[in-house]
Amino acid sequence: MKPRTLLLASAPLIAVALALLAGAGFILAIGEDPPAIYALMLHETFGTGYGIGQTLFKATPLVFCGLAVAVGFRAGLFNIGVEGQLTVAAFAAALAAAALGHLPAFALLPVTLLVAMLAGSAWGAVPGVLKARFGAHEVINTMMLNFIAFALVSYLGRRVFQPATVRTAEIGAGATLPRLETWWPALHGSPANLSLLLGLLAAAAVGVLLFRTRLGYELRALGLNAPAAEYGGVPIGTTQVKAMAISGALGGLAGMNFVLGYKHFFELGFSSGAGFLGIAVALLGRNHPVGVLLAALFFGALSHGGLAINQRVPKELVDVLQAIVILLAICVQQVVERLARRMPS
Amino acid sequence: MELLLFVAASLRIGVPYTLAALGSTFSERSGVVNIALEGIMLNGALAYVLGAHWTGNPWAGVAAALAAGVLTGLVHAIVTVRFRADQITSGLGINLLAAGLTKFVLTQVFHSSSNSGRVVGLPEWDLFGLAHLPALGPVLAAPLVLLTVALVLLGQALLFRSVFGLRLRSIGERPEAAATLGLPVTAYRYAGVLISGALAGLAGAWLASEQHSFTDGMTNGRGYIAIAAMIVGKWSPLGAAAACLLFGAAEALQITLQGSAFPTELLQMLPYLVTMLALAGFIGRAVPPRALGTPYDPENA
Repeated sequence: MKPRTLLLASAPLIAVALALLAGAGFILAIGEDPPAIYALMLHETFGTGYGIGQTLFKATPLVFCGLAVAVGFRAGLFNIGVEGQLTVAAFAAALAAAALGHLPAFALLPVTLLVAMLAGSAWGAVPGVLKARFGAHEVINTMMLNFIAFALVSYLGRRVFQPATVRTAEIGAGATLPRLETWWPALHGSPANLSLLLGLLAAAAVGVLLFRTRLGYELRALGLNAPAAEYGGVPIGTTQVKAMAISGALGGLAGMNFVLGYKHFFELGFSSGAGFLGIAVALLGRNHPVGVLLAALFFGALSHGGLAINQRVPKELVDVLQAIVILLAICVQQVVERLARRMPS
Repeated sequence: MELLLFVAASLRIGVPYTLAALGSTFSERSGVVNIALEGIMLNGALAYVLGAHWTGNPWAGVAAALAAGVLTGLVHAIVTVRFRADQITSGLGINLLAAGLTKFVLTQVFHSSSNSGRVVGLPEWDLFGLAHLPALGPVLAAPLVLLTVALVLLGQALLFRSVFGLRLRSIGERPEAAATLGLPVTAYRYAGVLISGALAGLAGAWLASEQHSFTDGMTNGRGYIAIAAMIVGKWSPLGAAAACLLFGAAEALQITLQGSAFPTELLQMLPYLVTMLALAGFIGRAVPPRALGTPYDPENA
């Protein structure tokens, strides 16, 4: 690898190292021992079968959210509406999988996934159309659509939620995704499930789309230099809408980990911000499918690690760490890019 | 009387929106998107509670909230102006940071990650006999309400009738041209972001003072509504304040209709739908400052 490429690729690692250092300050401030806490965190996430399972379970939705944001970024679009897209999609998919519950798995599962992708991509395409047609900024519109999604789902939910709850009816058995412990007994007790495999497939599909297809080429051209792409014959508006629809479809699948693989119903607020963490995942993963997988694993480990150390350090430390990683990552990236520009290529 | 009570409720709800939206007009007019309002407000609210808790004086709480707002704004300014990193990502990062940090501090000070103990609220003032007005009296007796009205007027004058405002706006439109005229682009952008930090911190103080405590996530998306109001108000203090009153009225109506057959969730969507329509050009064109969101790099100018 060229030293320049190496330097650019190291930016996320530098940011993580600095963030852990800052986190050590917080741990010290409350009178605990940073190395011991970090060692405990590492042991509880990757050192036991249950820990690995929990880490994978937390990482799974982040894979989809990270991919969703990354596809947008590649096309020069910032989709901060993944949280809304996954909410609408999980709600629609849970209702469909319950209503068609009598269908056998080979029919019900694909239909459910399709409903999730369609709902997510419809919700994602709206800001794409508004951008292409009216030049309205997708950041604001995706943000607004998050809140509209939450209100819409709680409104529609009033008619369909189980009495005195905010959850839908149980989905049909054919739509459930089995837990990984079925094949990998060491993970016993963790709800990690086949959604993870779907996530890996999605990452591969995004890799093919971005780097091996015409649409992917057009999408990246648009993101790198819109006027040049247009001059080269890329239909800007159409490509923007397509990119947002694909991004929304990926985001739409993020809720399947919970709905099909864990609880087997939709519940208001189930995602606890995975859509927003997806931005951090894409950022740290440098918008590459492989990077996204690694970053999702890292943030998944942090999420579970926080719970594991809660006895000694408040689990909120992890939220702080995640935020510091984000802020440092964007600063370090700027510094590193500046340095790289000065290096002889 | 009913109507006046409704107006009073709308005003009360609109205060934090207005303060935060007013601040963000300054930040955005200088060219920096400030999505961190939500987090700044949250930090401000906690700082108010800590200040009031430790001193027993609500004004110490307000001072602490202002300081917390400015400091959080400073983080956003350093990341986006000094390091020229992406403004949206920085704002979202700060919102996550505030959500975690406030809970972390809460566990250390109040031994609970969800709420603080009870603290004093701001006193009521009877200025010009306004407090004795029917229905509107109590809300006009709140010092921060009158201060908000004064700040909006002052903000409008500062932005459109002063040299500082003209320069700030020119930097948000064409920073290279402003720099050519010898204006310190970076300093103005810091000023814009810090003003928005101070005002969002103040908005947090109002929320905490009204509630006499801090609860986890208590800003509840208000920072995002403030951004929406600023857009609907077309990046002007008076316009933003009007939009905040409208959004406040929608929320007051929602509370009035709670328990009735009317689906209040539809009212809840109103601010967001109005914002999307405004951005798409259906309610007059809302045009952002030209250089909004673009870092200024003198080496590439």
